[in-house]
Amino acid sequence: MEQVLDRRNKIHPHKFALWAAMGSILMMFAAFTSAYIVKQSAGNWLEFTIPNIFYFSTGVLIISGIFLHRSFLAFKSADEKTYKLSLITAFVLGVLFIVLQYQGWLALYSIGVDLKGNVSGSFFYLLSGVHLLHVLGGLAAMVVALIYAYTLKFSVTDKRIRRFDLVVNYWHFVDILWIYLFIFLLITK
Amino acid sequence: MAHLVSQEEDILIKEQGYDDHFHEHHHGDKYQSSFIFHYIFSMDHKVIARQFLVTGIIWAIIGAAMSVIFRFQLGFPEESLAWIKPLLGKWIVVDPTTGVGKLAPEFYYALVTMHGTIIVFFVLTAGLSGTFSNLLIPLQIGARDMASPFLNMLSYWFFFLAGIIMFYSLFLSTGPFSGGWVAYPPLSALPQASSGSGTGMTLWIVSLVMFVVSVLLGGINYITTILNLRTKGMSMWRMPLPIWAFFVTAILGLLSFPVLASGFFMLVFDRSLGTSFFLSDIFIAGQALDRVGGSPILFQHLFWFLGHPEVYIIILPAMGIVSEVMSVHARKPIFGYRAMVYSIMAIGFLSFLVWAHHMFMAGVNPFLSNFFVFFTLIIAVPSAIKVFNWITTLYGGNIRLNTPMLFAIGFVSMFISGGLTGIYLGNSAIDIQMHDTYFVVAHFHIVMGVAAFFGMFAGVYHWYPKMYGRFMNETLGKVHFWGTIICAYAIFWPMHYIGMAGVPRRYYSFDTFDAFKHFGEMNKVITIFAILAFFFQLVFVLNFFYSIWFGRKMKTKNPWHANTLEWTTPIEHIHGNWPGNIPTVHRWAYDYNKDEREYVQQHVPLREGEIGDH
Repeated sequence: MEQVLDRRNKIHPHKFALWAAMGSILMMFAAFTSAYIVKQSAGNWLEFTIPNIFYFSTGVLIISGIFLHRSFLAFKSADEKTYKLSLITAFVLGVLFIVLQYQGWLALYSIGVDLKGNVSGSFFYLLSGVHLLHVLGGLAAMVVALIYAYTLKFSVTDKRIRRFDLVVNYWHFVDILWIYLFIFLLITK
Repeated sequence: MAHLVSQEEDILIKEQGYDDHFHEHHHGDKYQSSFIFHYIFSMDHKVIARQFLVTGIIWAIIGAAMSVIFRFQLGFPEESLAWIKPLLGKWIVVDPTTGVGKLAPEFYYALVTMHGTIIVFFVLTAGLSGTFSNLLIPLQIGARDMASPFLNMLSYWFFFLAGIIMFYSLFLSTGPFSGGWVAYPPLSALPQASSGSGTGMTLWIVSLVMFVVSVLLGGINYITTILNLRTKGMSMWRMPLPIWAFFVTAILGLLSFPVLASGFFMLVFDRSLGTSFFLSDIFIAGQALDRVGGSPILFQHLFWFLGHPEVYIIILPAMGIVSEVMSVHARKPIFGYRAMVYSIMAIGFLSFLVWAHHMFMAGVNPFLSNFFVFFTLIIAVPSAIKVFNWITTLYGGNIRLNTPMLFAIGFVSMFISGGLTGIYLGNSAIDIQMHDTYFVVAHFHIVMGVAAFFGMFAGVYHWYPKMYGRFMNETLGKVHFWGTIICAYAIFWPMHYIGMAGVPRRYYSFDTFDAFKHFGEMNKVITIFAILAFFFQLVFVLNFFYSIWFGRKMKTKNPWHANTLEWTTPIEHIHGNWPGNIPTVHRWAYDYNKDEREYVQQHVPLREGEIGDH
């Protein structure tokens, strides 16, 4: 619907729609974390130390976000090489995040925190698991961005900037969402 | 004359209108070319609206038929139901010696559960808000289509998929889910809890997850479209009231359905992965389960955090439609436009602060209940403002008492009747006596069931010409209205009495309870009227489908002499809604009987010295 756009608008409808979707995803996690607080205050709550590997995965996700942002800036200033390299780096780091989260789960399991055990452990798996699903969505979007980057002829158009902007926005969102969840899990355990 | 007026209007749009170069591109026609992409996988909001409506009608028939069957059981527990065996098969248990057929108790519960799920989600959420948001948002704000026609199409097909899965679950050998539409654990969390809790519940939850996706895709689109694609001059304060209602409804959906999805996620974990979010200290057949540490109340919190806004997701679109229909057919501006908008916002805001009033008897701290009582009762204020404004709109109006107007007035009647009992139930002290009785059933059926249906009917009769280019039959419409309103009161009024006497809801049979036996006659009356009500709805269905092909043709663009922009579009639907320019808006939507003019459409410029808006 390019044609219905009104030049008066500062924000593109697709971007606005994405932000609305992020708001609703946020509500979902707000529900999880408030359920977490309610359940925790009801007692019978196992306390455990979060394995160190989750600090690494958090770092990896943040760096991935920085690279994707760098790629976006490079694209806008028509720096093809940085654009492609940073995009690939961001993607690889995103995949690495998933691997590290999985390793983190294994580490949790080895210290006796089981999905089926105490509810505190179940919540940890639930929060990180559902977040992981959203990261997978972001990776899928990045795959599309990669296909664009390597199959289309390099040219900086408004449309491509806008589409890439959506990917970057969403990736920053899952990034910040994880930072929120991680800090939440750290202070409320 | 009418023809001349219409030509004049076209000239107005052409000269004053706003050229967005829409028809120069023509790529919009690509996906409209073949039958499949025009009628099935259509991305045109007008087609999608009709898809939602027709699907909603089919579900409404199924849901209503279910209620007739379980009302049979309640009204005539002694009678044989063997005649319905061809339809229900093994769920009618026929005694081989006497030949008397009985409804299987577990299927009774399944019917009650499915009736609730279908009517609340598939009919009054998708069928009502899906239909009219899709139809009216682009047309009334002056947009070519939704912000993302593709997501809009997906929204319908996710709803369709949800419907297919739920429909399939009706035919399982173990039956569909039977633990109530609220799906409280442990009945919903343990597959061994009842026959419907196994595959039936699995399909129920999958279906509803699809449904949540559909609502979210739709809602994102509605909000984005309303905020971003309004035509020139269409400020927020000039939007017709249905648009305001759809806007707030979509925000409510966007904020509350994800919370339900969270609850479902945890439920799935409990069902399939062995966690214990909602389970604790459960004995099945004398055996203690090893699932400990969870709390079923937690699910209730998550469910009702959606559940209560859901009530307003159902009623707000009906309110918006009624405001518009009433103003058009009373030939008067809606009374207190801004108050109406602020009330919609206030109701939307408060709806998030009241969920625990569904849980007064579920073990919630009574001191906490006070908070929820307080906010629940405050909702009466914006609701009353709306009711008074509707009545004041009618006062002194030049009323056309046609079918849409009758249903709009019927809506107000139902909303008052059902709303008043809400004040009883909102008090936690009174709720101790009333909870889980037929009083509650009567309350919510009137206020959000019948009232929302009335709003929907008002909308269907009013915008039918816009949807199908023909009118529905007026006589049949009036028969439908009077039959429905009489039956609705005859069904639900007596329910208040038996509820106050303490008759509990969800019981299969009252034969063995001395306290409730003597309400048998009352239950018979209710059942008879329920059957009658069902047949009056068939009048509507026949009228609806007959009129699509054989109804009276719409000859002028604006048969109701209404002000809103949808009546400036051609009778034949075209992609992009307006053939040339998009109309520019110069005034609010309710200039009826202003300065000697019977009605002034929104795209007509102000005269010199005329003061616009409200």
